[in-house]
Amino acid sequence: MNSLLRRLRAELFATRTDTVLSLALITMLSLGAFGVLRWALTQAQWTVVKVNSTLFAVGRYPVEQQWRLWLLTALLVAASGATWGLLRAHPRPDRTGVLWPRNDRLAVGLLGLIALAVPWALELSLAIASRWWGLAVLLVLCRWLAGRFGPGLSPTGRRLAALVWPLLYLVGMVLISGGLGLVSVSPSEWGGLMLTLLASSFAILLCFPIGVLLALGRRSDLPLLRWGSVLYIEFIRGAPLITLLFLGQNILGFLLPGGLAPDRVWRAAWVLTFFAAAYLAEAVRSGLAAVPRGQLEAARSLGLSYPKALQHVVLPQALRVALPAMVGQFISLLQDTTLLSLIGLLELLGTARTVMANPAFLGRNGEVYLTLAVLFWGCCAALGLGSRALERRLDPHAVPSAT
Amino acid sequence: MAPVPPADPTPSPLSAPKRPAPKPPWWRDRRIVPWVVQAVVGLLVLLLIAFLLGNLIRNLTAAGLLLSWRWLQQPAGFDISESVIPFNAQLPYWRALAAGLVNTIRAVLVGLVGATLLGTLVGMASFSHNGLLRRLARVYVEVVRNIPLLLQLVFWYFVVFLTLPNGLAAIQLPGVVLAKSGLYIAGFGEGLRWMGPTLVNGVWQAPVRLSVEFGALLTGLIVYSGAFIAEVVRGGIAAVPKGQWEAASSLGLSWFATLRRIVLPQSLRVIVPGLNTQYISLAKNSSLAVAVGYTDLYSVAETTLNQTGRAVEVILVLLAAYLTLDLLISALMNGLNHLVQIRER
Repeated sequence: MNSLLRRLRAELFATRTDTVLSLALITMLSLGAFGVLRWALTQAQWTVVKVNSTLFAVGRYPVEQQWRLWLLTALLVAASGATWGLLRAHPRPDRTGVLWPRNDRLAVGLLGLIALAVPWALELSLAIASRWWGLAVLLVLCRWLAGRFGPGLSPTGRRLAALVWPLLYLVGMVLISGGLGLVSVSPSEWGGLMLTLLASSFAILLCFPIGVLLALGRRSDLPLLRWGSVLYIEFIRGAPLITLLFLGQNILGFLLPGGLAPDRVWRAAWVLTFFAAAYLAEAVRSGLAAVPRGQLEAARSLGLSYPKALQHVVLPQALRVALPAMVGQFISLLQDTTLLSLIGLLELLGTARTVMANPAFLGRNGEVYLTLAVLFWGCCAALGLGSRALERRLDPHAVPSAT
Repeated sequence: MAPVPPADPTPSPLSAPKRPAPKPPWWRDRRIVPWVVQAVVGLLVLLLIAFLLGNLIRNLTAAGLLLSWRWLQQPAGFDISESVIPFNAQLPYWRALAAGLVNTIRAVLVGLVGATLLGTLVGMASFSHNGLLRRLARVYVEVVRNIPLLLQLVFWYFVVFLTLPNGLAAIQLPGVVLAKSGLYIAGFGEGLRWMGPTLVNGVWQAPVRLSVEFGALLTGLIVYSGAFIAEVVRGGIAAVPKGQWEAASSLGLSWFATLRRIVLPQSLRVIVPGLNTQYISLAKNSSLAVAVGYTDLYSVAETTLNQTGRAVEVILVLLAAYLTLDLLISALMNGLNHLVQIRER
């Protein structure tokens, strides 16, 4: 208690200026917090969020087909739980081999809290709330199973387990869009958080190989490749995303033979991909620049071919260095998906605008935008946290004499 | 093929001319392979471009929209609610686009100044002795950077600026009045007389009136870019060796004087290149003005496209304008960067 007081004094009231500043800040903060709280508890009408929660989640996806999305969510949750458990089951430098470290217990507690609080706050029906509880239980169960039986897995098995994710992506695409015996749901019926996540994950996955190729091209000794990459990267980085989306919607139809141009949603997703690739290329380039030239020369003199040297020696080092910048790009890509609402697609922000155009919810902008802000903040902050954890895991200097 | 001579038991480089080294196959010849790779890539890219251009010309001909700039002279037929250069619906399209460009430049210029001020203040605050201020600076950066700019813009516009009261109830600060009908700022009125905002028949009047759209766009851009600039400034200050702080304070300089006279000037060489990136993205982000109803270049271009159907030309104008703006900012910042670099003796 005494030390706390001493710390407070040192941090807030060390000098007279500090004291005045602190008091002013505390007054302003408490007034602001009081105002926001009063608004949120007395004036705000949160029915607009409660009533439209399905719309915000999946847009106008046909109700009788929504079981497919539940199934996909369950698969994703199971895969995430299993991956989490497997990562813990194979201790790495960033932790000792504890199966349930403190952070994980905290995370599970937080998850439980969210699983209980969100359905309550949204006043979901019992049928839907119980599904969310089921998903939370599934996550922890898979996490426990993978942590328990993960160490028994052979290296090949682990490698196969990693393949679950790309496979799941394909399964997810089929589940969402239909085909293979499922009723097809056209992209114009996708919306809400689902469209946001779909567009951003598509762009993140595809911009990665393109970006790496562009970065290699930009550092290549071959003038044609170098200048081609420079031209592309600088052209894309010079234009605002909205003009490129505009280009995609209005000119792509002219550039391709009739009927070949993709649907509006896919056009936007492709534009996002090619846009993000240019920025990712710059992040990767900074990573490549950090790898000493001797690495490539040593690899080549050991007889590795150029592609092999890149694959086994240069890229692993470069990508590790570039990781924070790359995740930064992914975060801004996730944020950039809001621009799809400006070209008339109903992703999260577009859905919000249609909801607020409904006379029943006129003037409820504050509630809706605040909810979206919390949602985006959560997603982006989680990506940032994940990136920092991955950095620690990949840090070669943390290895305690590994042999 | 000549029979391979038996291997020399003691090969030496001097004996090389006698026995020509086996020629590598052409696909491993380092003089040939790069050119083959480039030729293949170049050919593929050329084919792709030819394919796309061919389609473009065929489709445009079919639609009767082949590249032409004559429509720029036709009357625009739409009005621009706030324009620095005079504009009305009878004036041609190129005047509309020019008015939009001027509006964009206005927003970018004011935004740059505001964001730099805010960012520098917050960046400095993260080195304050005051723990509360330091944490507040971190919280600001972490909150703002993780929320999409477009969401922030519509928040400022619909939730803050459009709910401002009008008339007498408007928010009145010394020299500034914030009302739903606009932002009124004191300035020199007729006859170079200093005039504050005044209420005439229930309507505010002042020498300088900014629309709420402009206000929302500026607030959003400044708050958003300010967070990124604060990070750049923080990085720059952190790059200055700690000894500089200690030396300055042992000479009796206050915290602020140390920062202003010793640390900031040295950190500029790290800050300026980072600022360049942030300024360019602010210029590009200003195109989101369309979401809050401010008629910038992009918004005029969109209306123009909807009226004329001239997609290719409009896009070319847009891309050229933003590219020029970026290059201009880059050139200025490179000049500045040249000035602030430490000159070695």
